[in-house]
Amino acid sequence: MSKAPETAILPVPAAASPLDAPFPTKRMLVNLGPSHPAMHGTVRAVVELDGEAVHSMKLDIGFLHRGFEKSCENVTWTQVFPYTDRLNYVSSIMNNVGYALAVEKLAGLQVPERAQYLRVVTSELHRMCDHLTLISAMGLELGAMTVLIYGMEARDLIWDRLTELCGARLTSNYARVGGVSRDVPPGWNEKVLRTLDRAEELRVEIDRLLTRNRIVIDRTRGTGVMSREDAIDYGFTGPCLRASGVPYDVRKASPYLVYDRLDFDVPVGTNGDNFDRYLMRMEEMKQSDRIVRQCFDQMQPGAIAADDSRYVLPPKPEVYGSIEGAMAHFKIIMEGIKVPAGEAYAYVEAANGELGFYAVSDGSGRPYKLGVRAPGWNMLMALPQMMEGKLLADLIPTFDTINMIGGEVEQ
Amino acid sequence: MSQAALQRLKERFPEAVTEAYTGPGGDDVALVKKESIEEVCRFLRSDPEMAFDMAPYITAVDYMGSEPRFEVVYQMYSTTKNHRLRLRVGVPESDPVVRSVTPLWKGANWYERYCWDLYGIRFEGHPDMRRLYMYEEFVGHPLRKDYSLRGRQPLIPERQVDEPFRGPGPSGS
Amino acid sequence: MSATSDLDLVPAIATRREDALSGLEKMVSKGLGWARKYSLFQYPFVTACCGMEFMAVAAARYDLDRFGAALPRFSPRQADLLMVVGTVNVKQAPILRRVYDSMADPKWVVAFGVCASSGGFYDNYATVQGIDRIIPVDVYIPGCPPRPEQVLDGIILLQQKIQDQPHKLIDREKPALPAKG
Repeated sequence: MSKAPETAILPVPAAASPLDAPFPTKRMLVNLGPSHPAMHGTVRAVVELDGEAVHSMKLDIGFLHRGFEKSCENVTWTQVFPYTDRLNYVSSIMNNVGYALAVEKLAGLQVPERAQYLRVVTSELHRMCDHLTLISAMGLELGAMTVLIYGMEARDLIWDRLTELCGARLTSNYARVGGVSRDVPPGWNEKVLRTLDRAEELRVEIDRLLTRNRIVIDRTRGTGVMSREDAIDYGFTGPCLRASGVPYDVRKASPYLVYDRLDFDVPVGTNGDNFDRYLMRMEEMKQSDRIVRQCFDQMQPGAIAADDSRYVLPPKPEVYGSIEGAMAHFKIIMEGIKVPAGEAYAYVEAANGELGFYAVSDGSGRPYKLGVRAPGWNMLMALPQMMEGKLLADLIPTFDTINMIGGEVEQ
Repeated sequence: MSQAALQRLKERFPEAVTEAYTGPGGDDVALVKKESIEEVCRFLRSDPEMAFDMAPYITAVDYMGSEPRFEVVYQMYSTTKNHRLRLRVGVPESDPVVRSVTPLWKGANWYERYCWDLYGIRFEGHPDMRRLYMYEEFVGHPLRKDYSLRGRQPLIPERQVDEPFRGPGPSGS
Repeated sequence: MSATSDLDLVPAIATRREDALSGLEKMVSKGLGWARKYSLFQYPFVTACCGMEFMAVAAARYDLDRFGAALPRFSPRQADLLMVVGTVNVKQAPILRRVYDSMADPKWVVAFGVCASSGGFYDNYATVQGIDRIIPVDVYIPGCPPRPEQVLDGIILLQQKIQDQPHKLIDREKPALPAKG
């Protein structure tokens, strides 16, 4: 544990009369413990307070470290997908897609077009869920509980559609090495469009409640400011970096999947404060909606996984009908996919920033190492700097807008 | 996509960069000697053609059984030039100390603490070298290949629980 | 805490005269049980992904308010239902133990999610294999994460359990204090 700093009584400047002299104070050490409503999940912050102002802050993490990397080294390449789901658990599909891209990079696999479109559609739906969760939590913690109720309703509607597709609301486990696990059920596209319409109505309601709200503006404008140079120095990515004025979006800078065929805008902010980060997310939800609609227009029926039986399970008629199919199925399930030796780094634009997977393979059916570049990590690292000299109450919107998700930061 | 950067790095540091190649998928990788990593990173950051201004993603790999045992991997990105580069630094088990790049990028701070905590690689010149994920009483470095998967070190005594699958008793390896 | 299972301490049938409830005491117990089960103040000890489902359960569609368990109390002294939502790892275990010990009787514990019930699929150096290795649990809600309907079912089971427990108006039994250290 850290040593307690010198909390001596601060010197009091001389004044004309005792009534004018400022009150002698001492700095107070407060522990915002790991089980705390404002610390989403499990971050411990030891804060040295000078009245209401934060003098310095030290973060203690590791209360949700679940041994993701070590677990992944002991299971096959396909069995890693549920572990990646639980990294950034509010937008699981993006973790799946990122990991699948890393393995496909190592194996040199080409993913069929329909699978790419499906990956994009589900990623954008989960991006909307992530932003809705953040805005609802921010609203709740700033006192606007109605926003939580509306946001949860919108999120539940999107989750209903994803349940029909993937089987689970939250931890989807949808992408596979070489494609996706299953095709859409009949009538799903129209249902999703209707859900998006309703979610847009709810988003507009939330917008009306929060964006020009005096209290929200007073609490978020000018708090948690991160300058452009500092943001890059800390390694910020995603909406937080764009709020500081750097127009870096992985989907535009190095397009992956089918993002180069889609037409969408990337919002960029100016001040780098909490209000800008919130506005980034509201606008990105609108853009995600646009992307999903374009995907539905462009998507063609086709295969949903690559036709390579070394990496992808063969279709069931072949498994039961032919010897090769049965053998391929058996080898993939029992030994795991044999990915060629080497290492690769694949990155996606997750809801929070650049999510990278560094996969090292030694040619066997299990990953040799799987490292995750979690986007929320850099923002959390910069939190003490953002809070120094500010009021303790500014911690609430700042912690909300940096979107620290415990699962990805603590793997 | 960043072939030019890789070539420039190789020309500038011919003895420090032992190997430079392009891996699967087009990743440009350079193997750098441990002693020169700080110099190389300073060049990568300040040189206007390279301009790797974003804090790198630093991780480590344990190749148990081969020499050098550990490898620290730096994944660099430049926001202005939009190119990427990967540096791999071999770290032997007998001397697991590397110069820290935290003075160059503030964002490298926690990545180096993570390498110390989970792999046991020390970073000289780091402002705050202590464990990140595991608690102070933890003995060992969990992500090393010789640390068992289930090697729990409980902080408080655990209650006896009758488990039909694994049998009664507190959890152990 | 002693290292023996709590199952050894609970008698199977209340055969002793002091433990049996008289007719009036039975009525009081039923009334107190009814009051306590419909006014649960939960302490959401939220750690991981199950927290998202917890938010969904507490929201308008799968309303937790109709069970009387809507208001979270973020101080253990004021709460009576400790909902451990998500994975508890070895670093977090002493804190969970401390929160549980700070709560006043009567208190109940719900293990929400499979990581809290038995460690989930994180069987490694960092995760406690189920919070019942640290604190006694009343209801286990498996699922990764459990669907909100499953959670509501768990809350209903807990309410039945609370109703069936003997409640006394004045409990003269000394509480079990945690061991020092």
